[in-house]
Amino acid sequence: MSMDRRDFLKAAGISSILGFGASVASAANLITGKQLLPPQVDRNKEVLTAKRWAMVVDMSRFRTDEDFTKTIEACHSIHNVPSFPNKKDEIKWVWKTGFERAFPGHENKYMSEHLKDMPFLLLCNHCDNPPCVRVCPTQATYKLPDGITMQDMHRCIGCRFCMAGCPYGARSFNYRDPRPFIKNENKEYPTRTKGVVEKCTFCTERLSVGKMPACVEAAPPGGLLFGDLEDPNSDVRKIVTEKYTIRRKSELGTGPAIYYLIGGGEHA
Amino acid sequence: MKIYNGGPIVLGIAIFLAIALFPFYNNIGKVNATPKPKVDTPAILEYEKLNGKKECVESKEWMRGEHMQLLNQWRDSVVRDYNRGYVSNSNHKRFDMSLQNGCMKCHSNKKKFCDECHNYLSVKPYCWDCHIQPKEEETKS
Repeated sequence: MSMDRRDFLKAAGISSILGFGASVASAANLITGKQLLPPQVDRNKEVLTAKRWAMVVDMSRFRTDEDFTKTIEACHSIHNVPSFPNKKDEIKWVWKTGFERAFPGHENKYMSEHLKDMPFLLLCNHCDNPPCVRVCPTQATYKLPDGITMQDMHRCIGCRFCMAGCPYGARSFNYRDPRPFIKNENKEYPTRTKGVVEKCTFCTERLSVGKMPACVEAAPPGGLLFGDLEDPNSDVRKIVTEKYTIRRKSELGTGPAIYYLIGGGEHA
Repeated sequence: MKIYNGGPIVLGIAIFLAIALFPFYNNIGKVNATPKPKVDTPAILEYEKLNGKKECVESKEWMRGEHMQLLNQWRDSVVRDYNRGYVSNSNHKRFDMSLQNGCMKCHSNKKKFCDECHNYLSVKPYCWDCHIQPKEEETKS
C-alpha cells in the first residue's frame, strides 16, 4: 500500500485526536469515579453569625497595666501563642503600643501627656480590603463572608508577603519552632509550626461554638465590644454611629474594623 | 576459555554481589510484620460497652482507604466554611469535625493507631507539627 504525504498526515491527525480524546475521557472518568461524597454538613446550632464582625476598643476602660496583660494573656494562652525570650522572634496576636505608634500622624506637639503616653490595645484590623489577602500567593489568608480575615496554616508557605503587606504589623512569623516556648499548651487548639505566619483570627473557633472572642471576655467590662457592624441595633454599631471613633491608618483605604473610642463614654 | 587476570576479576564480582545482594539475603526468612493498628483505647472500649459495637465516622474499610481525603475535606470545611458538624453517610450520626477534639478523643493511641501504618508505608503526614497529640500512657505490652 502506498500513501502520499497528505493522506498520511490526515490519518495521523485524526488518530491523534481520537487518542487524546479517549485519554481525556478515561482520565475524567477515573477522577469522578473516585470522588468522595460531598460532606454532609450539620452546622452548630449555637454558631454566632454576622454580616460584618467588628470591634470597638473603649480606651477609657483600660486603666491599669493589668487590664492589658489580662486581655493579652487570655488570647495568647488559649491560642498557644509562644513567648520567645528574644524580641525579634516575638509572636503577637494582641499587643499594646503608645499612641504615636498606633496612630502615626494623629499626634501633635501640644497634645496631653496622658494621651501621648497612653498604651493602646492593638490587634489585626480584619480590614474590608486587606492587603495581606491580596498578596498571599497561596490564598492561605482569605476573607470570610462575615468580614474576618482568616488564615489556613496548612496552606501557608511562609513567604511573608502578608507581613510586608500589612500596614499594622499584625502578623508574626515563626522563625523558630514555637512548641518549646508555650508555657501551658491548650490541648483543644493547635500550635503553629516553624515557618508559618500567624495573627489574630477574631476567635473563629469560639464564634462557631457560640462564644465571644477570648479578649472580649477577659477585658475589663465594656472595654472591648464585639458585634455586627451591619446590624443597626448592635452595641458596636451604636457606638460607631453615635460617638467619635478613630481607626488605625484608615487613610490607606484598607477599611479596618477595629474602632477606638479614646475619651470614653462620659467625656468623649 | 582463558580469562586474563581471572582471579581478581572473579573476586571482584563476588564482593560486588555480596554487597549488592546484602538486603535480600539478610532478610531471607524474616517475617515482614504487617501493621496492626489497635482500636482498644479506654474511650473506644467504653463506647463499645454502651453501644454494643465499635463504630467510627464511616465504616472501617472506607476509613482505611479514604481517611486522608476525609480529613482534608474536614479541614477545608472548618477553616473556610465554619462547618464543624459532619453527618456520617453510614450511621447518620453527627461528629465534630476536629482532629484534636474529635478523632483523637477516641483514638488516643497515636503510636499504635496512626504511626503503625504510616511508619510501615513510610508516609509522614505533617499533622502533628501543629496539632497536639494526646498524651499516651506508657503501657508495656
